[in-house]
Amino acid sequence: MFSFDLLINAIVSGILIGGFYAAVTSGVSLSFGILDIVNIAHPAFIILGSYVAYIVNANFGIDPILTAIIATPAFYVLGAGIYQVYYVSFEKRGQESLRGLAFFFGLLFITEVTLVLYFGVDYRYVEAPYIGPTWHIGTIDLPLRILVPCVVSLLLIAALQLILSRTFIGRAIMAVAQDPFALRLMAIDPTRIKRVAFGLSIATASLAGAFLIIIQPVEPSVGRQYIGRVFAICVLGGMNSLPGTVIAAMLVGIVESLTATFYGPSWAPAVSFGFLLLTLAVRPAGLLGR
Amino acid sequence: MNNTEPAAANLLEINNLGKRFGGFVALENISLSVAKGERLGLIGPNGSGKSTLVNCICGTLQNEQGSVRFDGGPVDGIAAYQRTRLGLARSFQLPRPFISMSLIDNIRIPILYTVAARGIRNSAADIDTRCMELLRQVGLDAKARGMPKDLTQVEMRKLELARAMASEPKLLIADEAMAGLTHSEIEDILTLLVRLNDQGVTVILIEHIMRAVMSFSRRIVVLVSGKKIADGLPDQVMRDPEVERAYLGQ
Amino acid sequence: MRTPTFFLICLIVAALVFGAAIAIGNDYVFFAGYVVLQYVVLSTAWNILGGYCGYVNFGTAAFFALGAYSSVAIYKLVTENDFFRMPMPVLILIGGAVAGIVGFGMGYLTLRLRGAFFAIATLALAVVLQTLVVNWDFVGGSRGAYILRPESVPIIGAYIKYLFLIMLLLAVIALTTARLIEHSRLGYGFATIRDDELAAEASGVPTLKLKLIATTISGALMGMAGAPFPYYIGYLQPDSTFGLDYAVNSIAMPLIGGTTSWVGPLIGAILLGSLQQIATVTISSAVNLLVVGVILVAFVILAPNGIVGLVRHYWQHKPDDIVGRRKVETDAQGTVP
Repeated sequence: MFSFDLLINAIVSGILIGGFYAAVTSGVSLSFGILDIVNIAHPAFIILGSYVAYIVNANFGIDPILTAIIATPAFYVLGAGIYQVYYVSFEKRGQESLRGLAFFFGLLFITEVTLVLYFGVDYRYVEAPYIGPTWHIGTIDLPLRILVPCVVSLLLIAALQLILSRTFIGRAIMAVAQDPFALRLMAIDPTRIKRVAFGLSIATASLAGAFLIIIQPVEPSVGRQYIGRVFAICVLGGMNSLPGTVIAAMLVGIVESLTATFYGPSWAPAVSFGFLLLTLAVRPAGLLGR
Repeated sequence: MNNTEPAAANLLEINNLGKRFGGFVALENISLSVAKGERLGLIGPNGSGKSTLVNCICGTLQNEQGSVRFDGGPVDGIAAYQRTRLGLARSFQLPRPFISMSLIDNIRIPILYTVAARGIRNSAADIDTRCMELLRQVGLDAKARGMPKDLTQVEMRKLELARAMASEPKLLIADEAMAGLTHSEIEDILTLLVRLNDQGVTVILIEHIMRAVMSFSRRIVVLVSGKKIADGLPDQVMRDPEVERAYLGQ
Repeated sequence: MRTPTFFLICLIVAALVFGAAIAIGNDYVFFAGYVVLQYVVLSTAWNILGGYCGYVNFGTAAFFALGAYSSVAIYKLVTENDFFRMPMPVLILIGGAVAGIVGFGMGYLTLRLRGAFFAIATLALAVVLQTLVVNWDFVGGSRGAYILRPESVPIIGAYIKYLFLIMLLLAVIALTTARLIEHSRLGYGFATIRDDELAAEASGVPTLKLKLIATTISGALMGMAGAPFPYYIGYLQPDSTFGLDYAVNSIAMPLIGGTTSWVGPLIGAILLGSLQQIATVTISSAVNLLVVGVILVAFVILAPNGIVGLVRHYWQHKPDDIVGRRKVETDAQGTVP
């Protein structure tokens, strides 16, 4: 049953959730887009972030986003550590493709199952003053529990973009993808730069996890839905372009929302994956190209 | 000075070939002909586009502009493996051996997939013999059952050449196969290439070692910054002031 | 050893296994054994594309489910109301054909992609297929589908024994196919794709064609493994049929066993599969998956060539690397096929 109101709201809702998707994908833009590492376990780290926010929120009542910001260094260290293992075991030996993939696949499983064993399969949620109220602008509904994460997501992306373009380490990260040899000539160790980049990538997962659990209740296997979504948006957005990621994320968000509204939510998972297949088949360089 | 041999005798014809990578123009307006049985030397500074040209000829890369004709027919758009089967073979400048296979198996691949595709049936024993013969010609027969990872850089380059020869090509492009070789090793490879040529194989030699290029080539083409700046007899090309300036005077 | 001989030996071994299972006298052996054998087929199938060609497929579940759901569709079509029971071998062929065709199609769409993109595309395909099935009411949609199976079968007895036998034969077929490929020109071609596609093309190997062959065979075998599954489980549900467990296991088993020959997936499936069956019964099914994940990561880091690689390294003192293996078989006239 079509109505203009429904359409507008579906689009707005898609944009809002697209902002969130962009934050989720930003980590993959770093690890896959720039470093060429297929970390399909990224969603698992996001779920980890969700649970960290949940524990602190449930026990101490602290705001999830605040928790996530504080937890960011820990996630960074985790990311750096994982990269070190990955580098020593695979990149150095030149066996990234098959075994690297399997490695991350294993990590995905270990993380998810450990969470299940510890927390069970019940849905967990957080409490915060902005989860519940909805702003209304005319016929447009703006649920705060999606609006707030969307806004903070975009801030996160902006911050990342600043880091990558203005700081020395950020520019080194962009450079390492294109010319690691040149970096060596400048007496910079490419491995160290990559470790920083991967650490950053996992650090974003902490925040993305908080956003997720604000938007919806979370249980361990929720991460799986995001595997394809994240890579779809990353590829669509041109791999290592953060602005491209934002545009792609909103596009996916809108199409998913429209599909769910007019065709039913059970079709929504196919949307981003369908997008991905289409993009890969037709224009592997994505929307904004590489 | 341009090649004015009749079209029918040209094995390879390149017309106005152009190749860009994004905004970077790697090759611009390259026109070149190679006659059947010819020995062509292709020289130029690093980064001048020699390997890119080889890649476009062989189908590893697709050129956006211009055309390539081989053995009387167009090859634009034809997949690389089909060009190999038509008789176009090349060795890679940075060796790309099949690392999970022994040397003899490396040589076996082109025989199984190129020679056999031409309808020539060989017994397994014959193939083994042929592989050993090729390895012997490049001095690697002692390591036939060994693995590529145990080879030196120089040996890997010889394996590259042997593998290109294994496909029984009409045109062989040897991309800097001699870098790092000793004096006598260079002589060995040159003898090998001359013998191949005597057997009817057209050879394009891409090299920096001027002595080898001069003694081997009947004609030399010079590439600088993606453009062809000279094409003619070795002595004339070497005396060309532009060539001297761009390449030799370095 | 020539392939027909290998096939015969496998059949004999299969017969012995079946005999042993009957001798044990406990029906549970058949239930558990079916799952292990199923994984033998799935890992061997996966390895043809993943181990031999180097293209990682995350969508094992999709092909498996295609086989399962084509059986369900046929059941709904002819069996449920008309009581015409399609013979299992026919179901298997149909399941294999459907999955094989999809494998070919997927390959055609995605094989021009670099390895990592291909892997992600397979994941995408699995989800798209799952969404299609969940929304297709004819096969039960998200509610699931019930299959009524017969109690017993003439001569063999309990129906589960029949299913076990079927899966044994499928395992033999899968292993023979893998070995046949390994010892043929195709096996060489696959290895060049894994090692260096550019060099392969330059040597005259039609890489796209070979990759398509690999995805088709791999997909078809997975579909064949899936076809009897509804009859084994009785109630088919999309979430579990498309579960990531199939993907992780069909990757873990060859990686743990060793990806360069048919022996690897067999060892991996038997070891890991049995381990999981024991863990599920004694501890829980969640722990069982944790174990798989940990073992996978450990092996991938410490023993990249799997158990086969370890054996070669310590027993035969061969270099700890992927060892070139094949001796190309010739046909009767001594020419290479």
